[in-house]
Amino acid sequence: MAQINLLQAINSALDIAMAENKSTVCFGEDVGHFGGVFRATSGLQEKYGKARCFNTPLVEQGIIGFANGLAAQGSVAIAEIQFADYIFPAFDQIVNEAAKFRYRSGNEFNVGKLTIRSPYGGGIAGGLYHSQSPEAYFAHTPGLKVVIPRNPYQAKGLLLASIRDDNPVIFFEPKRLYRASVGEVPEEDYQLPLGKAEVVQTGTDITLLAWGAQMEIIEKAAQMASNDGISCEVVDLRTILPWDIETISNSVMKTGRLLISQEAPLTAGFASEIAATIQSECFLHLESPIARVCGLDTPYPLALEKEYVSDHLKVYEAIIKSVNF
Amino acid sequence: MSTELYNDGPVVHQATFIDGTSVEIPELRILDQDGITYPGADLPDIDQALATKIYHSLAFHRVLDERMVASQRQGRLSFYMTALGEEATSVGGAAGLKPQDMIMMQYREQGALIYRGFDLEDLMNQLFSNAGDLGKGRQMPIHYGSKALNCMTVSSPLATQIPQATGYAYGQKLQGADAVTICYFGEGAASEGDFHAGLNMAAVQEAPVIFFCRNNGYAISTPSDEQFKGNGIASRGVGYGIKTIRIDGNDILAVLKATQIARAYAVKESKPVLIEAMSYRLGAHSTSDDPSGYRTKEEEAKWQSHDPILRMKNWLIKQNWWDEAQETTLFEKYREEVLAAVKVAEKIDKPHIDTMITDVYDVPSAQLQAQLEEVKAHVNKYPEAYPFTAGKF
Repeated sequence: MAQINLLQAINSALDIAMAENKSTVCFGEDVGHFGGVFRATSGLQEKYGKARCFNTPLVEQGIIGFANGLAAQGSVAIAEIQFADYIFPAFDQIVNEAAKFRYRSGNEFNVGKLTIRSPYGGGIAGGLYHSQSPEAYFAHTPGLKVVIPRNPYQAKGLLLASIRDDNPVIFFEPKRLYRASVGEVPEEDYQLPLGKAEVVQTGTDITLLAWGAQMEIIEKAAQMASNDGISCEVVDLRTILPWDIETISNSVMKTGRLLISQEAPLTAGFASEIAATIQSECFLHLESPIARVCGLDTPYPLALEKEYVSDHLKVYEAIIKSVNF
Repeated sequence: MSTELYNDGPVVHQATFIDGTSVEIPELRILDQDGITYPGADLPDIDQALATKIYHSLAFHRVLDERMVASQRQGRLSFYMTALGEEATSVGGAAGLKPQDMIMMQYREQGALIYRGFDLEDLMNQLFSNAGDLGKGRQMPIHYGSKALNCMTVSSPLATQIPQATGYAYGQKLQGADAVTICYFGEGAASEGDFHAGLNMAAVQEAPVIFFCRNNGYAISTPSDEQFKGNGIASRGVGYGIKTIRIDGNDILAVLKATQIARAYAVKESKPVLIEAMSYRLGAHSTSDDPSGYRTKEEEAKWQSHDPILRMKNWLIKQNWWDEAQETTLFEKYREEVLAAVKVAEKIDKPHIDTMITDVYDVPSAQLQAQLEEVKAHVNKYPEAYPFTAGKF
């Protein structure tokens, strides 16, 4: 197995998807010959031709509208939105169209073959519009799946599963990890299941839950806590929608405590959905209030990024507070 | 394209501004209101069989609209939208295509479905959102769709189907299919960002799509001079590098001719075409609208004299392909059929409660299943409050 970074893992998944099906098409802004501003589609146009990997005009609502039509026609549409921050012009095409296509037509038509990939998350001095984590906006939309990997192995397996899933999937790629996260990834084809959380580290005192690049943060905090004799169960949610209530409930029923950490702002973030559900499912097992360690309810700032983010120290403090409640 | 080649037009040395009048857009008209073809006019490819099929579709559409508006007024139907005065755009467009071509509608193009042979029963089941509806009773009336007939299901958000049509057509091209996509929209929808997105992408990505704009003068209460200041919608097609034509939308032969040529071009060149059909929305926007609040009876009367169905009838009679007796018989037959179908459809049950959660995803998630079970338990507890579903699962 080769050591590759997260971008290379994405590229490998796209390569496999394009090789296996002549109707698989990758497109977006600068995706073609240049291979994408992060180089995720590098070499694909060369290998599969301009008709199957190409630049689109600079218009996000057009990219996703086009993708909806292409997927409805039966082609495998893999659309790239250059930054998750710029997915909002396509919000209507995603929420009113892609998500409702199958339902509204009584399954006469669907866009199950659609996957939207987009670089996501902060920690790269990206300021307001190159740092956002918009998963909660989409989590409120029945009909979509939302998937976020934490490392190269996860990225390849989850992206291949997303492309082959018969539902429209938004696949957010933590761009802080694009080159920073390196790991062993099989060269061959494999898939990881959607809708399943993964217990990354077992523990007995508290459940720590996150997704994407935030996994590194909670793992670091778990390490600090273990030096204090606190045993943390670390869980990667992986799929935001539909999410794995069972795995999280089972973990919390065992540990009695839950801490959820996300990069996105606190209010109405996806952590709120998890907290509400788990307090309902696990009420008699909870020994402390469910903790949410999130971004502030502000736009994502540039100069004060360090203070803004839910870093490992903030998570660690919340662990201590929960355990000592 | 390198920057030095960017401008291959003439160069001037005085500041010269151009405006919309620099592009003259003629309107194709083949048939006059008396049913006489203009001298030298390019006739479409049409014979008696095709002409009869088109006329039957137009007549059926007119009857359907009359009957369903009446049904809505009687409270039998929640909502309806007619295409009064514009029937030629949808029927003529569909008649210029092949069955394998995809039709994407806005909502005032049920004539296309009618032409394709959508069952009266299917029409009614959709309008009455009953258990027989292909769409499972989920969408408002008029939101038809049929996979078998290659008619994409209608959705309410305006213009969203425009870039989708580009994507659909691109897929057809990739497959090497002898097929195009036609995409209908009104002149109001053309103000949406998705119009810009869809047309520009179609030109750049070279998709075999026919954009068919019904310019009927109004978007609900908004007259077109409050919608745009340029030379209609056609002038924009040229700006995107799309072959464009403006036609008389009340002239069935002009609609047919333009669509036939557009289809042949789109398939052969794998490029988009824009058709702007000039017409007038004779009816209200919908059964929820009253046009007397924003336009005059005189204006409506003027357009009534341009009735596309009457115009075609006049032509058919001159061809000796139709007469008044046939006319009366046909309209009577359709009136009886539609009325009978209403009576059947309104008695069919609502869709089963389980269909509330199917098709959200390919397979309902565990959460959806749990939510449905909760609703069922609730309905069982208060059956009198839920008369359509209680005792039926």
